[in-house]
Amino acid sequence: MTDLQKRTLLKAAALTAVAAAALVGCGKKEEPAPAPAPAPAPVVSAPEPAKPEPLKIGFAYVGPVGDGGWTFAHDNGRKALEAEFGDKIVTSFVENVPESADAERVIRDMAGQGNKLVFGTTFGYMEPMLKVAAEFPDVKFEHATGYKQAANMRTYDSRTYEGAYMAGVIAGAMTKSNTLGVVGSIPIPEVLRNINAFTLGAQSSNPKVKTKVVWVNGWFDPPKETEAATSLINGGADVLFQNTDSPAVLKTAEAKGKRAFGWDSDMTAYGPKAHLASAVINWGPYYIKTTKEVLDGSWKAGEGAHSWWGVKEGAIDLVSIAEDVPAETKARVEEVKKGLADGSFAIWKGPLKNNAGKDVLAKDAVADDKFLSGINFYVKGVEGKVPGSK
Amino acid sequence: MESYALLLAATLNAGTVLALASLGLLINEKVGIVNLGAEGMMLCAAIAGFATVVTTGSDTLGFMAGMAAGAGLAAIFGVLVIWLNTNQYATGLALTLFGTGFSAFVGTSFVQARIPERASFAIPGLADIPLVGPALFRHHPLVYVTVLLALALVWFMYRTRSGLIMRSVGESPESAHALGYPVRRIRLAAVVAGGALCGLAGAYISIIYTPLWVEGMVAGKGWIALALTTFATWRPARVLLGAYLFGGVTMLQFHLQGIGVDVPSQFLSMLPYLATILVLAIISRNPQWIRINMPASIGKPFYPGG
Amino acid sequence: MLKLEARPEPSKVWTYASPLLALTITVLIGTLMFAALGKDPVKGLQMFFWLPIQSGYAWGELLVKATPLLIIALGLAVCFRSNVWNIGAEGQYIIGAIFAAGVALLAEPGTGAWIVVPILLAGVLGGMLWAGVTALLRDRFHANEILVSLMLVYVAVQLLSYLVGGPWKDPMGFNFPQSKTFDAVTRIPRLFTGSRVSIGVFFALLGVVGLWVFLFRTRAGFSLQVGGLAPAAARYAGFSSRKALWTALLISGGAAGLAGALEVAGPIGQLTTSVPAGYGFAAIIVAYVGRLHPVGMVLSALLMSMFYIGGELAQSRLGLTKSLTGVFQGLLLFSLLACDTLVNYRLVMRKSRSK
Repeated sequence: MTDLQKRTLLKAAALTAVAAAALVGCGKKEEPAPAPAPAPAPVVSAPEPAKPEPLKIGFAYVGPVGDGGWTFAHDNGRKALEAEFGDKIVTSFVENVPESADAERVIRDMAGQGNKLVFGTTFGYMEPMLKVAAEFPDVKFEHATGYKQAANMRTYDSRTYEGAYMAGVIAGAMTKSNTLGVVGSIPIPEVLRNINAFTLGAQSSNPKVKTKVVWVNGWFDPPKETEAATSLINGGADVLFQNTDSPAVLKTAEAKGKRAFGWDSDMTAYGPKAHLASAVINWGPYYIKTTKEVLDGSWKAGEGAHSWWGVKEGAIDLVSIAEDVPAETKARVEEVKKGLADGSFAIWKGPLKNNAGKDVLAKDAVADDKFLSGINFYVKGVEGKVPGSK
Repeated sequence: MESYALLLAATLNAGTVLALASLGLLINEKVGIVNLGAEGMMLCAAIAGFATVVTTGSDTLGFMAGMAAGAGLAAIFGVLVIWLNTNQYATGLALTLFGTGFSAFVGTSFVQARIPERASFAIPGLADIPLVGPALFRHHPLVYVTVLLALALVWFMYRTRSGLIMRSVGESPESAHALGYPVRRIRLAAVVAGGALCGLAGAYISIIYTPLWVEGMVAGKGWIALALTTFATWRPARVLLGAYLFGGVTMLQFHLQGIGVDVPSQFLSMLPYLATILVLAIISRNPQWIRINMPASIGKPFYPGG
Repeated sequence: MLKLEARPEPSKVWTYASPLLALTITVLIGTLMFAALGKDPVKGLQMFFWLPIQSGYAWGELLVKATPLLIIALGLAVCFRSNVWNIGAEGQYIIGAIFAAGVALLAEPGTGAWIVVPILLAGVLGGMLWAGVTALLRDRFHANEILVSLMLVYVAVQLLSYLVGGPWKDPMGFNFPQSKTFDAVTRIPRLFTGSRVSIGVFFALLGVVGLWVFLFRTRAGFSLQVGGLAPAAARYAGFSSRKALWTALLISGGAAGLAGALEVAGPIGQLTTSVPAGYGFAAIIVAYVGRLHPVGMVLSALLMSMFYIGGELAQSRLGLTKSLTGVFQGLLLFSLLACDTLVNYRLVMRKSRSK
């Protein structure tokens, strides 16, 4: 082949490639571009005269919906929305959105695709959501476990420590070695609250218990969680608790003949013999309330707009308690649940010492939300020091 | 004391994965091929094994599926590298990337799946010896198979004619070719066998070690296995010891946390990698020594036409 | 049967056609995968190849993604051409980001915009330092740079986690493992409003020109390449392999560190554990698919970014899993490696002979 022929061939090939690309592109011109300039995309189809457009709701998940834990619980909340509102809403979700610069693109795309209510289900979406919220003033943003709000963005969280306390009550009654083990994720206040509440609950059943904590420095890492759980069991713990999002800890307990709890969702199926109870989060009630507010126009955000729901509001529960838990323990758990629901029972009531012996709550003082948000200590009975603390 | 026995047990368990993968890579490298795709092969094998156990309930089939997945991917790698003489490092990396994505892709429908409870294993009699029993004799059969495998490899490579041929291919493929040996087929056989072992390691992770499926659950063990092969100067028995050492470091980090040692956990997590670097530096220091131990044709393409 | 026969000289046609063929193969397999999943293949391909370039905003996002990939790949090209296999660019990226963040955290609202310069320089320095460790170990101890640089990636990840979980944790951040959000003055300036494209693009383009000049017009670049292609000849000609090693690693480390600085002081704006985004590894593919040539890498960086963004779009619009991105990227590299054989060999029919 001569040079001229070769060049002609190359040009033809290039042209064909471009033509093919154009053809593919021409196929669906009406597909809206990924998140256009600040003004939100117009609604695609003409609205029917009598029925209003269904409200489009988008969910951004940090993990896979099949994780059996955190994201699974959020997705159950989304399904509850669909069951409640039927064809008044249309929901969609994107899973495995990392807590990074990519989140901004995904959330912006959601807003640009016509979603008027966007839920971001992990702390790491805070900054991206704030940025996108500023660009889409008529889209409403709900950020889970965060602490920054805006005119069209508010935050929500669940009192997971209430579930942890109730689990602790059972753990204290069931442990024979008086050593409890906790597989911790990241040493943030939320997790420290849970460890402390778990220990306090256990101490209410059995003042002799002590808690060991091992950190995996992540939210979802089954192999590491397995190793951490093994290490705790090797260290003498016979009841395990976790703040990580996979069933690995429960499975390890099952394999080694110890007991453990499910976390975020009902994990009974992952370890039928080991499972004592599951501290679940029920996002349904909050999602339903929020959607109602958006539909009837009463949704308000702004500085300080933060909802922190627990047993009282139906967001937290301890379910699937094992058969072999003694009746009196089960009764105590019910008592605590009722007390939390009607406000008569306070978990964080003084006198409370941290595990260095210092008083953190005076006698009869009840901790307020501010105290709880900034917890940076272990209560007496938890071994070791909080990582990263002075 | 008891906790140390248990720590040893956990170490053996963790080390088995590394040992299997590393032995597989050793077979590759002994014929001169470096397969950087270990991580990808292990992940695909993990999902293949897990999915098989979920659908059939049989562990054995699961392990076989894992080995098949590893061998299959290795075969693709082998054909590219041996017959088309593509760059070994780049091809291996492509395999890792592809394997990581493909396993996640196939695995999306298995993320919530559960497999039936693992039987507990114990060698009767021996398992009841205090301390030593729980440490050494209560493991899954594969742990013991791995030890036997390492010994078998030593015997094969250093005491049989086939092993000698294999090693000579690794040292000088040109000479072996001149002597009339089917160099490329021998290399492919080694690559596929190595892939099968990596696959077995991957299946072990998802069926026994952490009986779940999660994207990326191999979490870098493939890369550590690669380092381990060099660390052990390409000798199977040393691979085994090194694997347990590395497995131990991982478990040690949690053990130290549990007994309240106040070192930031991240520094403990760094240990296996720092240990690898340290050992690499130490053993590579003497270029003569490395040349004696390292198969001379590693990474170099072979052209039978000369 | 089909046999491969060496060509007398590399085929020019196939040098250009091979990547196109590889892309075609990838697209074909992709189509099959979409069909197997029950999704409309045309729509699927659109997600990857049309939507990411459909609007000005889309191009902006493409550039945001492609810039760090290209910068790192430019550095890696220097390395790979010298036969130094720096697999640890991800680690150098992280350390660059850490150094840059260190400087950025020193800024206060009153600091002038000049602080962007030291931030970027710090990033380059950090990356060079980290790559330097690999260079030192290879130089002094003959340790294999592939393994060392790779292990250092994991060490860097842990170091980052330690810093944001301990000494650099935002005191107002409720104990979350992240640093303070950087002050507005530290932000890498954007090129246009309404788009996240930053001046990083200029660095990338400068890098492209710089690399071209270095490789094809300077003695140093020439000696590096000879060292990579024919080490014995290089030694004979007096090109120092030690100098080549250090040059290659320091350049690629600096490039990766710069990319890290641009990301952390740009789109991210704070130091978190999510800074490592796999760009260091993806850049290896970018470098390879771009044939280690500056212009080729620009195209491959854009292509890889299309895969990334396409994967996200496929996920949010079609409900496909994001892991498809990795599948496509791996497939592309595989196909390219296979098709590249055709540059130096041709397929012929030969009568079957005994082996």
